[in-house]
Amino acid sequence: MAEKLLEVDDLHVHFTTEDGVVRAVDGVSFELERGKVLGIVGESGSGKSVTAMTLLGLTRGVNAKFDGSIEYKGQDLLKLSETELRRFRGNELAMIFQDPMTSLNPVYRVGAQISEAIRTHEDVDKRTARNRAVQLLRQVGIPHPEERVDDFPHQFSGGMRQRAMIAMALANNPDVLIADEPTTALDVTIQAQIIELIGRLKNDFNSSVILITHDLGVVADIADDIAVMYAGRIVEYGAKRQVFYDPQHPYTWGLLGSIPRLDRAKPEKLASIAGAPPSLINLPQGCKFRPRCPHAFSKCTEHPPLQNRVGDSPPHLDRCWLTVEEKRDLRELTIHGEAAA
Amino acid sequence: MLVFLVRRLVGMVLVLIAVSFIVFLIFVIVPGGDPAIRIAGRTANDQNIKNIRHDWGFDRPFYVQYYELMKKAFTNRLFEQTHQGVKVGDQIKQGVPATFSLAIGAATIWLFFSILVGVISAITAGRLSDRLITILALVGISMPVFWLGLLARYFLAEKNTIFPDGEYVPFTQNPAQWFFHLLLPWFVLAVLFIGFYGRVLRGNILDTINEDYVRTARAKGVDPRRVLIKHVLRNSLIPIVTLFGLDFAGVLGGGAILTETVFDLHGVGQYAQQSIRNFDLPPIIGVTLFGAFFIVFFSTVVDFVYAYLDPRIRPT
Repeated sequence: MAEKLLEVDDLHVHFTTEDGVVRAVDGVSFELERGKVLGIVGESGSGKSVTAMTLLGLTRGVNAKFDGSIEYKGQDLLKLSETELRRFRGNELAMIFQDPMTSLNPVYRVGAQISEAIRTHEDVDKRTARNRAVQLLRQVGIPHPEERVDDFPHQFSGGMRQRAMIAMALANNPDVLIADEPTTALDVTIQAQIIELIGRLKNDFNSSVILITHDLGVVADIADDIAVMYAGRIVEYGAKRQVFYDPQHPYTWGLLGSIPRLDRAKPEKLASIAGAPPSLINLPQGCKFRPRCPHAFSKCTEHPPLQNRVGDSPPHLDRCWLTVEEKRDLRELTIHGEAAA
Repeated sequence: MLVFLVRRLVGMVLVLIAVSFIVFLIFVIVPGGDPAIRIAGRTANDQNIKNIRHDWGFDRPFYVQYYELMKKAFTNRLFEQTHQGVKVGDQIKQGVPATFSLAIGAATIWLFFSILVGVISAITAGRLSDRLITILALVGISMPVFWLGLLARYFLAEKNTIFPDGEYVPFTQNPAQWFFHLLLPWFVLAVLFIGFYGRVLRGNILDTINEDYVRTARAKGVDPRRVLIKHVLRNSLIPIVTLFGLDFAGVLGGGAILTETVFDLHGVGQYAQQSIRNFDLPPIIGVTLFGAFFIVFFSTVVDFVYAYLDPRIRPT
């Protein structure tokens, strides 16, 4: 069995605000083995970014409260002090953010920002760091890296900036690379390149990846496991094959149904999930997806635990009270719409 | 870069010409009536007026008048009317050491303290020290310089003779006394700017701290102090440069009229104040041109510093 790098257990992140307590992450558990890619999927406000940033301690603050544990190589990152955690940040766990246009400091050269990442964790001189920055830029596919290393971010295109961000994240050869919607702000053609790049570099650097996205299509190729998040919880968790071909939760069905497909008859209108995610301050009782779920019934007011209802191996977990048989009947309708009915 | 430099310098010269022409319009043409009478002052006789009219070219077209004025200003032949024969240029030159000493000292103080105050206020935002600083800043901004200056002078120099009571001592004559005499005026002038800049910087820092690139820096594991200085402060200070450039230029050009007058520093500002009181037009024109020069010059300097600080606007 592969080395288990990261094990998140029952993670809670609550923020105290003037309006009340925001339950951004409410009992999330997952694990990550070396060399694997975990896709965390969910719409805005589902707590996926907060989960990711919490892994690095970036959500720490006076208003934030944490519970549960984040075991990284046997050490609970939640219990580390800020100073101790800084040794891991950008070194063993690194992060790529959503918007490459604003994620680089406009006043420093790209190379200097990569060098800063290197020199923060390693005692090397500027020349060495710069040479490594050139090397990294070459690895992420920046043409003429010897010259571009001295460019400022505004001289890079969006795709190039995201490549530079990836180079920066990989600068210290991290074990875990967290990519928070790395392609959302990019053109579709660039998106595929960036995902392909992350997949390739993961192998070169022997890292694991947590890929956060709202687009199941993005994780379709690259992910090994998929966790679907809704309202601060994981509602379905399993191997990619299980989640794509045997989805158990109506929310996952909705996500799958809203991907435009070229291999099926064109529907009148692209399917969507009615309504909006609940307020994280005032969560509905029982299943959090109940108010938007077309298949909700009386039992849904009870809190559904995350269980392996299918009885599959490896475990395929979901939070839905429907029986496995009921789901198989209902989901075709939801995913493929009237056309399949 | 060279093109940028040349273009800015040419632009600066053009603006200076435009400014001088506006000064000419404001003081000579627009008020209406006979400018010679205004220039001659209150105690003039007919002969004086006639001489001035001829000397300034008021009996000839306006461009000749403008040319005459500029010629006088640049060849130091602008004379005061109240004290016949005293050259305006010489008077300004005499005031420059005091004015520059005041400006440079006060600017150093206000820059240092406003950054200190702004940073403390921003990193403790919402807490007691921030609230205290906010109140003090508002008090500082609200206190008129002439009032604060007179109070400082009364309590710290007259009632308790801790500080010397006004006047300027040249640096070349006695550096210690120069410093000692300027200490009160420096702080009195700086108070307003500290309050104002501190508030602006606080706001800038709080905006910048939420920028994505600051999060990136933190995600790299960079030391918080380094994040604050190299990533947050470096970007927050850029807008301060504009403010500082123009305010500093204003004081250098004799704009600290109240401070100079309250502390009797005999600088350019005080000279302006005296000329206005005497309604002595030639020195007013002279001082205005002098001040305008610094504003225009430092606007250009700010452009260069900006281009240095923010690569996005740097010409390639």
